Amino acid sequence: MSTSADAVISLRGAALSYGERTLWQNLELDVHAGEFVAVLGPNGSGKTSFVRALLGQRRLAAGTLTVLGSPPRRGSGHIGYVPQQASLSAQAMLRARDLVRFGIDGHRFGPRPRTAAVRRRVDEILASVGAAPYADVPVGLLSGGERQRVRIGQALATDPRILLCDEPLLSLDLHHQRAVAELVDARRRSHGTAVIFVTHEINPVLGLVDRVLYLARGGHRVGTPEEVLTSEALTRLYGTQVDVVRVRDRVVVVGAPDESPHGVRS
Amino acid sequence: MTLAQGIWQQIFSFDHYGELLALVRNSLVAGAALGLVGGLVGVFVIMRDLPFAVHGISELSFAGASAALLLGVNIVAGSIVGSLIAAGAIGVLGSRARDRNSVIGVIMPFGLGLGVLFLALYKGRAANKFGLLTGQIVAVDTPQMSWLLGTSAVVLVALAVLWRPLTFASADPEVAEARGVPVRGLSFAFMIVLGLAVALSVQIVGALLVLTLVVTPAAAAARVTASPVLLPVLSVVFAVASIEGGILLALGGSIPISPYVTTISFGIYLVCRGAGGRRTRQIGMVSMKA
Repeated sequence: MSTSADAVISLRGAALSYGERTLWQNLELDVHAGEFVAVLGPNGSGKTSFVRALLGQRRLAAGTLTVLGSPPRRGSGHIGYVPQQASLSAQAMLRARDLVRFGIDGHRFGPRPRTAAVRRRVDEILASVGAAPYADVPVGLLSGGERQRVRIGQALATDPRILLCDEPLLSLDLHHQRAVAELVDARRRSHGTAVIFVTHEINPVLGLVDRVLYLARGGHRVGTPEEVLTSEALTRLYGTQVDVVRVRDRVVVVGAPDESPHGVRS
Repeated sequence: MTLAQGIWQQIFSFDHYGELLALVRNSLVAGAALGLVGGLVGVFVIMRDLPFAVHGISELSFAGASAALLLGVNIVAGSIVGSLIAAGAIGVLGSRARDRNSVIGVIMPFGLGLGVLFLALYKGRAANKFGLLTGQIVAVDTPQMSWLLGTSAVVLVALAVLWRPLTFASADPEVAEARGVPVRGLSFAFMIVLGLAVALSVQIVGALLVLTLVVTPAAAAARVTASPVLLPVLSVVFAVASIEGGILLALGGSIPISPYVTTISFGIYLVCRGAGGRRTRQIGMVSMKA
């Protein structure tokens, strides 16, 4: 499984630092087409920096990172990006369909040709993520769950081979968390899109993820959820006693520093 | 004649209207260009949350114009120089919103102070001085006109080229950056475009009231539509209606143009706000049903 030849994302001895502080180092990871990888870890462990490195917005301090065989570059259409939910006051002037259309041709300079083909494509995308009923509603009036569907549609507009989601479940209720996670999961199964899913809550995606990258200050761990989310693994990772409790199909982490336990909404 | 009638006569008078109209033909043309530029630029001012920057730039534009008045050179050119210095400084020093507001707060009184200094030194007609602050309609002569129209053309071309990525970068900066849009470069480019637009507006409505052309029409349009086509169109219509209506009403009276423009502009905003309130709830309900 872990040959780098067919990997869409490949990290070798990768390290990233923020000024003097090293966020993570010696990271070895290959992500393959259609794989669902969750990135977990407490605040400040470098999850968002990991995302920025993949987007070509941050340089590694050491090691190599390749995306589809070459160094990551800004503006690649091969990566679909769902950003952390920011306040959307300015976007209140845009409709859902405008946000999706940005994903197709928003980066191009010059006047926009009025092409029916692009409009059809936007309709298709909106329908594929179940956002067609509110295509013409200003984004500012959408609920969090509706907005995330539109966001995922926007990210999928270029038919990317990698879908990069930064905390896409934040501030969603349980029902919408599951719906959004299943939407992403369906996409990777139908199109073989690799999914990098940064989250501080593993439970909504626990049944879907293939592997977990757990970042903590002082180290990291890569493996299946069963391998990584154990008392032994996390205790070693944090260097302090951490207990992982499984309650039915949920995982609860107790005692991790600087972190509210998984499964309990902070 | 009672006092009230006297005031009324000062505000609204349509004696010799035809002859007066011929005198302000230049202003009407300039007003149309200004409405077009102000209405379009305003869309981004709202989207990027820059009304305070508009105000700051207009004060330095005023300083530039009054320096030009004192030195006897082209006032539009002076106003543009002042604007560009302010816009450039804000663009370089204040890329983050919080820094930006304090930079503007520092620049603005300095610009206003400079302007007052230059006007105090100026020994010409008092109406020229007052006009820079509160607007004037008959002051647009032919050389100024070519400056106004030329600068408008530059702004319109720049907007046509930048429109799409600028909208993306303004509304959705994180994803825009991930898609390779030069977010910072666009931010600076827009400040320059904004500087030019403000310098134009200062000529007609005066430095104190630029916001009425560059912010109010777009803010009004944003209350009633979210369509990326209808929004700029309505904003331009509102801006042109305000300024042309203001010029036509101010013509006979003996007070400056700005109260007319600001009142029309504000009236349009109130109407849109009223209409927009209903619309927002309607769509909110539609989306909940879906």
